[in-house]
Amino acid sequence: MLTISTGNNAVAAAVRRVKPAVVAAYPITPQTEIVEQIANYVADGSLDTRYIPVESEHSAMAACIGASITGSRTFTATSSHGLLYMNEMVNWAAGARLPIVMANVNRALGPGWNVWAEHTDSLQARDTGWLQIYVSTVQEAYDAVVMAFRIAEDRRVYLPVMVNLDGFTLSHITQQLYVSDIDGFIPPMELDHRISPDDPHGYGCMTGPQDYFRIRYDIERSMRESYAVIQETEKAFADRFSRSYGFTDEYRCEDADVLVITLGTLGKEAEVAVDMLRDEGIAAGSMRIRWFRPFPPLDTRDRELVVIDRDYSFGCGGILADAIRAQTKRDCFSVIAGIGGQEVTYRDIAGFVRDRRIGEEYWFGVDA
Amino acid sequence: MSGLQETEYILKCTSACAGCSTSLILRHVLAAAGPDTVLVIPACCTSVIQGVYPKTSFRIPVYNVAFAASAAVASGMSAAFEAMGKKTNVIAYAGDGGTVDIGIQALSGALERETNFLYICYDNEAYGNTGMQRSGSTPLGARTTTTPEGKGHKKKDLDRIVAAHSIPYMATACSAYPKDLAGKVEKALATKGPAFIHVLAPCPPGWRYPAEKTIEMGKLAVKTGVWALYERMYETVVISGPTKAAMIKPTPIEEYIKPQGRFKGITPETITTIRLDSERMLRRLAAEEEGSC
Ligand SMILES: Cc1ncc(C[n+]2csc(CCOP(=O)(O)OP(=O)(O)O)c2C)c(N)n1
Ligand code: SF4
Ligand SMILES: [Mg+2]
Repeated sequence: MLTISTGNNAVAAAVRRVKPAVVAAYPITPQTEIVEQIANYVADGSLDTRYIPVESEHSAMAACIGASITGSRTFTATSSHGLLYMNEMVNWAAGARLPIVMANVNRALGPGWNVWAEHTDSLQARDTGWLQIYVSTVQEAYDAVVMAFRIAEDRRVYLPVMVNLDGFTLSHITQQLYVSDIDGFIPPMELDHRISPDDPHGYGCMTGPQDYFRIRYDIERSMRESYAVIQETEKAFADRFSRSYGFTDEYRCEDADVLVITLGTLGKEAEVAVDMLRDEGIAAGSMRIRWFRPFPPLDTRDRELVVIDRDYSFGCGGILADAIRAQTKRDCFSVIAGIGGQEVTYRDIAGFVRDRRIGEEYWFGVDA
Repeated sequence: MSGLQETEYILKCTSACAGCSTSLILRHVLAAAGPDTVLVIPACCTSVIQGVYPKTSFRIPVYNVAFAASAAVASGMSAAFEAMGKKTNVIAYAGDGGTVDIGIQALSGALERETNFLYICYDNEAYGNTGMQRSGSTPLGARTTTTPEGKGHKKKDLDRIVAAHSIPYMATACSAYPKDLAGKVEKALATKGPAFIHVLAPCPPGWRYPAEKTIEMGKLAVKTGVWALYERMYETVVISGPTKAAMIKPTPIEEYIKPQGRFKGITPETITTIRLDSERMLRRLAAEEEGSC
């Protein structure tokens, strides 16, 4: 069925189809509509879920952990300060191998208070053991949430998945959205280590270095296995719903001499910039990174790289640029742009490409 | 009264200190709760008593979780079990630090949302796990490693905070009165909605008295009126037998304070303050009981 929807409502609509047993969440701009819409679905009977309106994000993730360990499908959503406030439990969820799905609506961090898009919030959580995907359209937000549950709950993975969408530039914009019956796409959740009085175990016990080391390595092993699970899931999704996705979203990359690499909605803006540059005779391409964890293998060959970071790691650099350099063993032109919701148009992006200085970092809009 | 240690749910030789009432309380709680029970514990002495992976000292599943999170984790678990139609008891068992300090927000939220669970705070009046630092529940005048001269602030009144949530069942108990405790656990678990029990847990290394005096110390707390045993069903208060007796003929408070090394050097004025506060609490309870009957 073709409808129109905002990014936030698409997330809620996907949750309604996926039918988690428990949702625990706490409101924060710009995620609020997700929790409100889910509350409406529960109230009008169109979603049979236990909705726990917790008193904080720490408790939101804690309640998800308590629910998930019983073997129940669980969802939450947050943004920026909420994600930071729940950070202890975010790490716990992955360490406890719980297939919780969370939507994070990317937003800047205070001070000063700023509700606009930025990726530093979720990128700070990149080392937690969560899988992370960054989406760029309303449809992709919906599809990613549906697939996230299947990926997380696969016993080769058993790790939580964070679906990231840009605050306002995706959460609050309206686009077309196909929603369809997803019955059977996600198998019933089976958690091998679920808590049950029928088979008592200790969970989260004190653990010595030898066992702890092995348990942490198991997380990495599952991360590595998740590549295949993601591919299988995206293939199955494409076969059934005719919308295909990959680790990256590439536009006119095949014959490109220079690639613009982005996360989130900037990737869509970059596609327009690429068309403009091609008209000028510059063979540009756009490579939008979708999965940040696990970080994908990239085919950049010998092309020049312009990486746009809507985030920053102080004392180091753009977090995406850092990951690209590590993955490709090649330097790039690192552009820091869009921080705190700063407007970045396709014209600006075309300018970054034209004026690229490989090996340098450039803060857009800052007089050096 | 059924259940009093008919079955042991804690295995022998845990890493609890000699004379530890925390593990004693757990024995009685679990015996009263039975096998269809899941325990949620935050970081505290109990998370040490649980043992080291891959072993466990419990016969029931124990979910050991982050310090501030036990009431919220129990909320999620309780909701999920309900959704499955399971009647499993969800019991959060947390120390005083994990309750009155870092966990108070999650506890308050879970009570306000009428979570169907039992929250037990075992109160050894300090942070035992990390080596006896003060908590909000440490009494006035007690020495801890962070109050080396004796605590300058009063014990936080957790029970009145919980009572302000107007829940169907709450009670206080003490490890020295196991039958009273077990009976309260049974009532709490029979309650639909949130139930709360605050158990005084004398602690030999923390309170600095010989391990064999754990029961005596608990009895003295109640007999002197420093600790009161009662139940509260919404606004209805029922004072328990041992405290009723203490109200008629209290033991002098010095008998409780003097044997404890943590009160070394306490001034007569501080003792008077503790006594007056205890008397005020008992008068308030008596008035509430009268008013509510
Ligand atoms: C966020 C966080 N801060 C601090 C700690 C360290 N810590 C672990 S247990 C504990 C004290 C526990 O005291 P209490 O709740 O009274 O339980 P007890 O150890 O006395 O049984 C502290 C401070 C922690 N685990 N997590
Ligand atoms: S410190 Fe106190 S409460 Fe903790 S295990 Fe020892 S005796 Fe028990
Ligand atoms: Mg304590």
